[in-house]
Amino acid sequence: MDAFEPIRYNILSIVTFLPLLGAIVVFSAPAKAARVVAFLFSLATFAVSLVLWFRFDPQVAGMQFLARYYWIDDFGITYSVGIDGISLLLVLLTTFMTPIVILGSFTAIQDKIRAYMGLMLLLETGMLGAFVALDIFLFYVFWEAMLVPMYIIIGVWGGPRRVYAAVKFFLFTIAGSLLMLVAILVLYFEYHDTVGAGTYSAYLLDLYQVGLTPKLQVWMFVAFALAFAIKVPMFPLHTWLPDAHVEAPTGGSVILAAILLKMGTYGFVRFALPLFPWAAVELAPTIRTLAVIGIVYGALVAMVQPDVKKLVAYSSVSHLGFVMLGLFAFNVQGIEGSVYQMLSHGLSTGGLFLLVGVIYERRHTRLISEFGGLAKVMPGFAFVFMIVTLSSIGLPGLNGFVGEFLILLGSFGAAPAFTAVAATGVILGAVYMLWMFRRVMFGPVDNPANRGLRDLTRREMWVLAPVVVMIVVMGLLPKPFLSRMEPAVKDLVTTIQRESGHAGIAGRQADGPALVAQEPHSNR
Amino acid sequence: MEKYLWAIPLLPLLGAGINGFGALTGALSRRAVNIIACTVVGIAFVLACLVNWELAQQAGHGGAPQLVSTWFEWIAAGSFSVDAALLVDPLAGVMLLVVTGVGFLIHVYSTGYMAHDPAYARYFAFINLFTFAMLLLVMGENLVLMFVGWEGVGLCSYLLIGFWFTDTEKAYAGKKAFVVNRVGDFGFLLGLFVLYWGLKEQGIDATLSIVGLREIVGANAISGAVITTVCLLLFVGATGKSAQIPLYVWLPDAMAGPTPVSALIHAATMVTAGVYMISRLSFLYLQSPLAMTVVACVGAATALYAATIGLTQFDIKKVLAYSTVSQLGYMFLAVGLGAFSAGIFHLVTHAFFKACLFLGSGAVIHAMGGEQDIRRMGGLRAKIPYTYWTFLLATIAIAGVFGTSGFMSKDEILAAALAANPDYTLVPGWLLYSIGTLGALLTTFYMFRLVFLTFFGDFRGGKDLEHHVHESPWSMVVPLIVLAALSIVGGLMNVPEILHGDERLHHWLSGAAPSVARVDVVGHGAEIGLMVALQVLILGTIALAYRMYLKSPAIPQRAAKVLGGVPYRLSYHKYYVDEIYDTLIVRPLHSISRVFLWGNVDVKIVDGSINGMARVVRYASDLLGRLQTGQLNGYAFSIVVGMVAILAYVAVK
Repeated sequence: MDAFEPIRYNILSIVTFLPLLGAIVVFSAPAKAARVVAFLFSLATFAVSLVLWFRFDPQVAGMQFLARYYWIDDFGITYSVGIDGISLLLVLLTTFMTPIVILGSFTAIQDKIRAYMGLMLLLETGMLGAFVALDIFLFYVFWEAMLVPMYIIIGVWGGPRRVYAAVKFFLFTIAGSLLMLVAILVLYFEYHDTVGAGTYSAYLLDLYQVGLTPKLQVWMFVAFALAFAIKVPMFPLHTWLPDAHVEAPTGGSVILAAILLKMGTYGFVRFALPLFPWAAVELAPTIRTLAVIGIVYGALVAMVQPDVKKLVAYSSVSHLGFVMLGLFAFNVQGIEGSVYQMLSHGLSTGGLFLLVGVIYERRHTRLISEFGGLAKVMPGFAFVFMIVTLSSIGLPGLNGFVGEFLILLGSFGAAPAFTAVAATGVILGAVYMLWMFRRVMFGPVDNPANRGLRDLTRREMWVLAPVVVMIVVMGLLPKPFLSRMEPAVKDLVTTIQRESGHAGIAGRQADGPALVAQEPHSNR
Repeated sequence: MEKYLWAIPLLPLLGAGINGFGALTGALSRRAVNIIACTVVGIAFVLACLVNWELAQQAGHGGAPQLVSTWFEWIAAGSFSVDAALLVDPLAGVMLLVVTGVGFLIHVYSTGYMAHDPAYARYFAFINLFTFAMLLLVMGENLVLMFVGWEGVGLCSYLLIGFWFTDTEKAYAGKKAFVVNRVGDFGFLLGLFVLYWGLKEQGIDATLSIVGLREIVGANAISGAVITTVCLLLFVGATGKSAQIPLYVWLPDAMAGPTPVSALIHAATMVTAGVYMISRLSFLYLQSPLAMTVVACVGAATALYAATIGLTQFDIKKVLAYSTVSQLGYMFLAVGLGAFSAGIFHLVTHAFFKACLFLGSGAVIHAMGGEQDIRRMGGLRAKIPYTYWTFLLATIAIAGVFGTSGFMSKDEILAAALAANPDYTLVPGWLLYSIGTLGALLTTFYMFRLVFLTFFGDFRGGKDLEHHVHESPWSMVVPLIVLAALSIVGGLMNVPEILHGDERLHHWLSGAAPSVARVDVVGHGAEIGLMVALQVLILGTIALAYRMYLKSPAIPQRAAKVLGGVPYRLSYHKYYVDEIYDTLIVRPLHSISRVFLWGNVDVKIVDGSINGMARVVRYASDLLGRLQTGQLNGYAFSIVVGMVAILAYVAVK
């Protein structure tokens, strides 16, 4: 055992808690330094997390960088962290976006800077923790912990209706979480009564072994799914999102869209699907229906929004609908597409909120009708906005296409009719995004307030450049990302096939031909 | 070895990158932008020639000539995999020459046309980018990569239609083009999915590679339903990109872009992508007579329909736009008949004469200081002679006068219709032939109407404008001359057998897209007879147009009146299709979304019920809270009531 062994063993914990350390430093540092200190800590976190990317073994399906410590011994509760290819990518998304958000908030936040920056870092630890946690109670702690900083960020630095939005955000999420907590307890005791043979464990890989009766699975799945569906958000549980986005400060919106929403979809991947595969297959038609409604409905409502932020918020409902549809295809293409879309959506929608923040800082309005002809006064801004817009509407060659294509391809194999309806979202996506782009960017500059607007500053360019670069890279070279998640995804697909009790059908869905949607019939 | 294929698309991309940088920073002089933009396309053209030469060498050695270059695996998930790979066969080779050759001429022309535009570098960045995307579409070895180019050209079309974006109308036209194309792309995507899973369902190792698909289709009997569905869905994509019924509506509006863009994108290259795609997948389409027939019928219908609109338009570019829609219809008619080489032949000759016409119209508009209404033109013949002569030659070609390129290619299509192979065409060939012939005559009529109104008679634009009229610079005139010459002699590449030609293009394409519509139903003599008759009719039509628009200009008005106004108004207002789409689809969708979905479902029902729940909770807790009055009397009273109730319950039980 060499001297670096402890560092290597605890690398995930270091990534997770480095922001927390940063938060402590920021809280105790002078207010003037808060911005830079926070930025440096988030940057350092990103740098360390890159180690994960390079040291990750793409051939392995199981958890890597595993670290386990006893925590509450008598109850079998441990501190267990580890990542597979799916959580690896989401961890990197988080560490990648956080410095961008912090740098992006340098001028937007003038009030209580220390608190804001500290909370951002706290939030990062919460999110990272939720992605790496392998103990279900640990997960729950992080899951709840990240709620608080976000609640405060919206409630303190938000717009005029910030308190309403913050409370709504909080209540929605907590309602789902409590249901999930009950389900977690049931699962925990089920383990004790069955496979655990009298011992307790909250370790996720142990809990995967619990074989629940179909009826119980359905109840448990519903409880977990509700908690996650609120976060995603799935129609009709989405109404907290437009309010939260509109009221949140730019940084809050970016984090919310780029990462927090992924908590919901990640929850499905990590918990709801592998823990309750039978119920997942059983209830797939319902989820698919809601996903497709979300896609079309979100797009249609986005189309008529007068406020840019609301438009982007509803577009998220639509895009996340695609993710859900892909997950419930239960095949490699669909699920890989979904995970890819999670990353893509993080970049493109995060980018959009950053861009909206840029003009909000200049004009203090987000109403589309207030703008027009900005491409004339801010050509650099228009260029970046165009690329991010195209990424959002899934232009081939940029990141959005890869995920969307794989999702639709996979989902078509499982449920062609649903997919055909969902694919209209591709048309509608172009409609609302280009409608907004035309109204904001093109046309004459007839509002005098828009005349001498300053183009992107150097700092803003640094904020946006990494996003643009990744949008292009992930569009042209998806392979390194896809290959890293593939073993984990294949594993998940096999689990669902095996455990769902519909091996024949799921087998066809996994990679096999299925032009006609096969509804699982219960045979257990 | 074949890696150099990548240089062909990547060079224009490089040009786009450099010019784009120049556009954002203003670091490049106009001269630098010029040189970069034209050079990259010029070199691509040279490389395209080399590629064709190499293919010809291969063909000389026997076997099917084909160059493939795989760069890296692009998307892979499970058993699904797509490479970044290029495939050039004779069909793609011909397209390469058109895209880079005609593209180069249009780039050169643009240096003159756009010389005074402040956003010069941005223009060339976009048009270089377009060339890249178009080349990717042409060379893509699989359907996904083809789709990348397919959407890429759509994006560039959007950017260039709305190039003068401060004009809301123009920006709107760009968006309309993109969205309508997306409707088509929706079909294209579904087509890919049905193909992929359809093959899997039959236990075949599915791929979207064109070479792979050709092998699969050759070796297996694929379910007819799957193939027909795939072909029809892909054709939906083609109707969007290539402006066919019912998705043609964006093309006339696309004329809002700079005129060289109309020539390059909306005449010579992008809009022919659908025809090319069907030819590239000929092995698939040939499996489905139903799909072939649909393609042929939609093509024929569009050819005639758009021609009737062209009769009454007054905007010089709108006439050409509808003419393009109509000519594209001919190409689809050809490929639908299984006469792929005829379709591609017409694609090539159309690229010559329609690019020449558009560039000519650009020279006219340039001369007229931006005026596009032919009612304000007239007599330009003497003032801009080069433009006039080249425009006239291209018009003679599009009209199909004997010996021109247009004659050769259109005759080939009509002959194919007449000799339609009943195994592939489920409607009578003579019907398609008649529609095609009628459309050809209408084409002759509206094109000569355009020439007579623009270049003959007296100038109608007023004194001030008359002084402004001037010939274009050489950078614009030379491409016109080259294209006009090609319009006339370009047909020599494929002189039909009936005229003792050797049908070189036909043979060149026979491997990549074999033609099937070669059943001799009418004799040689009859075919010659029909050809002569059509020539007589064409000359007669020219004479008619001459009489109507030059000799006695009152006739058109009278004709409009005699026709009761209704057919005229229908044609003039383009059959109100835009308005119909607007009323039936766009507006309802908007109001439903705004009023019903957002206003009611989202705000009132979904959010309202949740807020309502919150109110109920608050109200209930308020009520319960009120019980806690702190008054002992009240508590004691409740206790007594409760005890009595319990006792009563027990007693009764």
